[in-house]
Amino acid sequence: MDLPSASGSNHGMSDTVKFDEMWGRDGMLRAPYERFQGWFEGEDPKSLRAKQREAEELFRLTGITFNVYGRAEAEERLIPFDIIPRIISGREWQRLSRGIDQRVRAINAFLHDIYHRQEIVRAGRIPQEMIARNVAFLPHMIGVAPPGGIYTHIVGIDLVRTNDDDFFVLEDNARTPSGVSYMLENRETMLQMFPELFSRNRVQPVQNYPRKLRQSLAACAPAGSEGRPCVAVLTPGIYNSAYFEHAFLADQMGVELVEGHDLRVVDGRVAMRTTRGYKPIDVLYRRVDDDFLDPLNFNPDSTLGVPGIMDVYRAGGITIANAPGTGIADDKAIYSYMPEIVEFYTGERPILKNVPTWRCSEPEALAYVLEHLDELVVKEVHGSGGYGMLIGPAATRKDLAAFRRKLKARPGHYIAQPTLSLSTVPIFTNKGLAPRHVDLRPFVLVSPEGISITPGGLTRVALKKGSLVVNSSQGGGTKDTWVLED
Amino acid sequence: MLGKTANGIFWMYRYLERAENISRLVETGQRIALTRLGSSDEEWDSVLQTAGVAAGFHAAHDSMAKDMAIDWMLRAGENPSSVLTSIKAARQNARLVRTALTHEVWEATNATYMSVCETLARKVSERDLPRTLRTIRQQTALVRGATQGTMLRNDIYDFARIGTFLERADNTARILDVKYYVLLPSVMAVGSSIDNVQWETILRSVSARGGFRMEYGDSIDPRDIAQFLILDKRMPRSLAFCIAKLRDNLGYLVANYGERLQSWSLADHIERSYLSFDIDAVLDYGLHEYIQKMLSLLSELGAQIEIDYRFYE
Repeated sequence: MDLPSASGSNHGMSDTVKFDEMWGRDGMLRAPYERFQGWFEGEDPKSLRAKQREAEELFRLTGITFNVYGRAEAEERLIPFDIIPRIISGREWQRLSRGIDQRVRAINAFLHDIYHRQEIVRAGRIPQEMIARNVAFLPHMIGVAPPGGIYTHIVGIDLVRTNDDDFFVLEDNARTPSGVSYMLENRETMLQMFPELFSRNRVQPVQNYPRKLRQSLAACAPAGSEGRPCVAVLTPGIYNSAYFEHAFLADQMGVELVEGHDLRVVDGRVAMRTTRGYKPIDVLYRRVDDDFLDPLNFNPDSTLGVPGIMDVYRAGGITIANAPGTGIADDKAIYSYMPEIVEFYTGERPILKNVPTWRCSEPEALAYVLEHLDELVVKEVHGSGGYGMLIGPAATRKDLAAFRRKLKARPGHYIAQPTLSLSTVPIFTNKGLAPRHVDLRPFVLVSPEGISITPGGLTRVALKKGSLVVNSSQGGGTKDTWVLED
Repeated sequence: MLGKTANGIFWMYRYLERAENISRLVETGQRIALTRLGSSDEEWDSVLQTAGVAAGFHAAHDSMAKDMAIDWMLRAGENPSSVLTSIKAARQNARLVRTALTHEVWEATNATYMSVCETLARKVSERDLPRTLRTIRQQTALVRGATQGTMLRNDIYDFARIGTFLERADNTARILDVKYYVLLPSVMAVGSSIDNVQWETILRSVSARGGFRMEYGDSIDPRDIAQFLILDKRMPRSLAFCIAKLRDNLGYLVANYGERLQSWSLADHIERSYLSFDIDAVLDYGLHEYIQKMLSLLSELGAQIEIDYRFYE
């Protein structure tokens, strides 16, 4: 083996032949797509093109848009939607969801440990400096017991597939995973446009996600709260890129959508300004980053948060979902330790695979990465959204040289991974079906009552031929994701 | 409900009502320009004044021409009360209070926004003007219909109605403020055909020609017009009607919240002291003074509602 210093399994990495989720590796129709293909063959491409346009109209009318930053007038854009569903069999899903459940349990246990006794560091499984010197580690959380013992109430696990059997976790989103509104609206749109497809296929429903989210959040209310817990969604405001989703979720849960200036601390509780005075909140589903949550405790310039909310939180007066400080669990440097983390806390072998990862902070790994830069994907440890990354095989010599300099200057800021041979799923184009790379973000709810995983999740698809970047900010689209009832 | 949400709902419906009123004023102005021989561009000044946007227009323009006036009222981004600005503001407020609206109201508002933005993307030609104005009115009527057909009759609905009727009362009062002299008894003596046109203008700008005819036949007496627009409780744009609705909706909030607040008392006071007499009493008070008083009371009422229901910090 050529890659000894990368942590994680290397199984399934050597495949070079592309795997398509509809046509497999050899052009043979895979079972989950059989009924779909039967329907598709009988459809007129012209009428499907009309349907594609109709879908866009529906999205525009519903206002399912995201805001683009950095423009003079805040511009709202549609995320392109592709009408061909991505289909997963019930059996495949069962195995996946066992793996997700295991990973999410481990993440919660890890967070509790990190902010308490740090057994995993004492056991020598993770170096002390990975925690202590990590900017995502929040000292304010040391010794704090979040209500119900839950740190990550809502998790999104980003998965990619390389063949029939192998799913890899690309990233754990343990802070404020977004995209669930697209999962729901994509299904709603498909139901409106192709009802007959849902009569032919038994697709597991996703529509009860908002109800479950509310139940799950309410179940995490602080011990002292009386009656039906008051839940609210905290948004940075109307100009935030995910504002639509914040409003959508608040609406679907039937709870208030609040901004920082609607809230203040009153008599030791966080309360919202209503037309009848201040009303205390039990559970705050915040879509505001840790840094901006509390100007008294964190970034003093923040106007998005609530002065003093951390003090109320530490005193057990409110549940914040997700808990502050969960970023330490989805940090890209910690990611490389996930196999150890899963084993340490669950005592089980990890069901989902990790992508082998070189931590460039380690001299041997850095040397390897510099040597093989044109074969690797290099990511910033604290980056997200597909920004600031290098895709070696697609980079020019100039890009490579520039990145080499960056790596040498601040090796600790980067990790590197091999380029996976990501699976493709067909999209509908003017020339018929064409394969494009996809990933999958299933959404997971955690409460003291258990872990609930919505069947499917958000499939993001790189619309450009050959592209591996699925982020909506960089030209990616979405698809409805079906998990079949076997 | 959040104070911020009440504020957003209130302004969303104010702006929708405003867009509709402005489009009606443009239509009236155009109608006069086309049917009255010898009319000049200067008359658009009076239309702009009625709409309350004359000062802004003159700050931005050195001269007056019909197409400039129409563009200012329909499209100008610098005009905070143009149809386009109002529709954008209504939709922005609707986004802010998305969780308080039914799906259908949100969709109707969003559709209104898309259709009006498209219609007003370029300067509107004279030929396209009737169709454009029709689109604006149909779209705002769509939102109103969705509102009445799908919204719960709770405090959210009350604030929607309060915003609508405060804007409408303000609009009617402003039209009367600019045109009051046409309705004064001394002018009646003149009795020329020119004044007929002025009276018709007033009725048209509040879509009241049909209603007036139904009540008073074809005799146009300015005293009747004043009575109709100020005191008639059946006419949906009269001051008496709007204030009665404001008092009712503030009353529902009082009942719902179990707390009698100053805004309700003020609405009640306006109705009892200014709208419970006949038109002679108004004329004795002085029509101009009366309208001025109403405008200032309406603005006071708006400010009191903001305080009572915690619209801001």
